[in-house]
Amino acid sequence: MKRAFIPLVIFVSLVVFLWIGLSLNPREVPSPLVGKPAPMFRLPQLHDASQTISPEDLLGKVWLLNVWASWCETCLQEHPLLVAMAQRNIVPIYGLNYKDKREDGIAWLNNHGNPYVLAAYDRAGKVGIDWGVYGVPESFLVDKAGIIRHKVIGAIKPSDMQQLMALIKELNGE
Amino acid sequence: MSKNLFLVLLLSLPLPLAHAGEAKPTAEDPVLEKHVMALSHKLRCLVCQNQTIADSNAELAIDLRNQVREKLKQGESDEAILSYMSSRYGDFILFQPMVKSTTWLLWFGPLLLVLLGICVLIFMLRQRRKLMQKVQNISDEDHARAASLLSEKI
Repeated sequence: MKRAFIPLVIFVSLVVFLWIGLSLNPREVPSPLVGKPAPMFRLPQLHDASQTISPEDLLGKVWLLNVWASWCETCLQEHPLLVAMAQRNIVPIYGLNYKDKREDGIAWLNNHGNPYVLAAYDRAGKVGIDWGVYGVPESFLVDKAGIIRHKVIGAIKPSDMQQLMALIKELNGE
Repeated sequence: MSKNLFLVLLLSLPLPLAHAGEAKPTAEDPVLEKHVMALSHKLRCLVCQNQTIADSNAELAIDLRNQVREKLKQGESDEAILSYMSSRYGDFILFQPMVKSTTWLLWFGPLLLVLLGICVLIFMLRQRRKLMQKVQNISDEDHARAASLLSEKI
């Protein structure tokens, strides 16, 4: 009688493993950079090529780096949320215009609103590689000491906001 | 007619030039290119996850190959490049996972399963032998009885 249950037990455990496996999103590869210092860069600004921007300049504040491009469809989905975040001064958002044409990036921001304090221009995508970017949009929350504390892969969703805002508050020491 | 011919000539003129321009990186240094490809075969393309960046033509794969090429040109070792990539993209980017405490189950799990299988097999063979001994211990009378029962017509 006991033996008859063995195949059932094996079957159920297989189903459980399969269920867990299928519910994971293979696109979301956890970043090894979370908890590590943000990779350095110094890039020209999107709106003014003669000016540069670097994470170095932002030490001492909590900020969000949003990697985006005008050719990126998903960026358009998350964009209203970024604009709303900027309007409410939740966190200073800096853009990283990734593998884009300068004029396309600027036009896109003119059309859809500009949530960025400043945007960096990464034509070749080198800084993107340094930050482990493999699909835009991606967002990194950096703390006052320049350590990456959180990464959102893909569009930031309204459901991510609670966690993100709690983390921002915590990092600001409020 | 002559106008058409001129057009054809005009159109065909830049073609070989453009072609030569595209193939240049490989022609430049075949040894380096071979090295780039060898290393690229060890790196996963995170866009099309079952392909290496050597096989994939996704834009990210092309960028990563360029990055590998550049780093090799700067004289970085294979190990340094692989560890750079995994420090940026995580161990998942390595097609051959590193052997460390978190990957022990991955590396040695199959071996464990084989050992388990062998144990089960030995156990079952022993059970079987015991059963066979029981069968061999049947007396002659019982054999005769069984034979007569089997030959009975229903």
